[in-house]
Amino acid sequence: MVTANKEATYNSAIEGDIVVTRLDAVINWIRSNSIWPMPMGLACCGIELMGAGGARFDIARFGAEVMRFSPRQSDCMIVAGTVTYKMAPHIRRIYDQMASPKWVIAMGACASTGGMYRSYSTMQGVDRILPVDVYISGCPPRPEAILDALIKMQEKIRREPSARMLFKEEYKG
Amino acid sequence: MSDAISETNTTATSGIVATLREKFPQSAEKITPRASADHPAVNVPADAAMAILTYLRDEHGYEMLSDLTAVDWAEGASPRFTVVWHLLSVTINPGVCLRVAADCASDTEPEMPSVADIWPAANWHERETFDMFGIVFTGHPDLRRILMWDGYPHHPLRKEFPLAGMDDELPDPEVEAETKARLVAAPMAGGPFVASTGNLNLAESEPRAKDQSWSEENPKAEGPKG
Repeated sequence: MVTANKEATYNSAIEGDIVVTRLDAVINWIRSNSIWPMPMGLACCGIELMGAGGARFDIARFGAEVMRFSPRQSDCMIVAGTVTYKMAPHIRRIYDQMASPKWVIAMGACASTGGMYRSYSTMQGVDRILPVDVYISGCPPRPEAILDALIKMQEKIRREPSARMLFKEEYKG
Repeated sequence: MSDAISETNTTATSGIVATLREKFPQSAEKITPRASADHPAVNVPADAAMAILTYLRDEHGYEMLSDLTAVDWAEGASPRFTVVWHLLSVTINPGVCLRVAADCASDTEPEMPSVADIWPAANWHERETFDMFGIVFTGHPDLRRILMWDGYPHHPLRKEFPLAGMDDELPDPEVEAETKARLVAAPMAGGPFVASTGNLNLAESEPRAKDQSWSEENPKAEGPKG
């Protein structure tokens, strides 16, 4: 006989070792709370990124303190600084080496639009070679802006149809 | 600019010119004083530049090369390219810089002897001057581009090269095929970013486009690029 469960929380004595939820919720919960950044520090924005990683601003509060200098171990490339045409192919190659799922934050005016460098040597926005998820304004942005971008990134990840994407060909491997 | 040349500077320049003319009589008529607002400066012929610079280093104590650059006078000008060496003596004349300039003989394929052997500091400066102006420094141990990538077809500081750049291929053809990205001329809405001078506060003097009445969507009537 089925009885009405009046308890608001999970009770293992009644329900056993089973949790019922949506796959998307679980996957996105795991992904969004441990974004390992790939710090692509190219200019002064890299210094502010280091500030965000330090004790005062403490990016660890959002689960992104594990800065990985290997693309194989990171989830989110933070392009922090001026993207020159000479550097652009290397950035793309590093991005290609990151395992899916992966995200990109364009940090600062230069990475977003070329910034004040309207010149022959500077790519006018890293979104010409990478699919950027979040743009941060500022020159350079303050660490709070990086944390804000990270929170927006988490919100975006939590809206993704991750379970469906698992079975799509382009997301395998 | 001649008003700006100080009396002591002129004296120092004529002293150096006289010394060099005495030491190098065969190129005496080509060793001339050079207009300069601050430091003494001399023009020397390109073929004697190496000997003169070595002499200045060994006999006059200019043991430091603080800068090496070039001037592009304009497309069609002759001589078109001038190489400039900034010499500094830290033992004899602390703080006094000597500027030595020599015109390149050819306007289309400029060449200049390398001074990397006598001042190792010249190595990267000459690579940069080669990269930006296309001046070949003969005898340089490793004359490759230093700022732009190998295979870049232009010399960006030449007068005919537009500030915005030119449409071109990315350094890496694989990445270009993957991303469809290319080198494009940078947007020049309102002209290049320039700083304002004068008695302004920091917010007013910071670099910005001077003419913001037009944009990429709403182009200026006469000629698109600045």
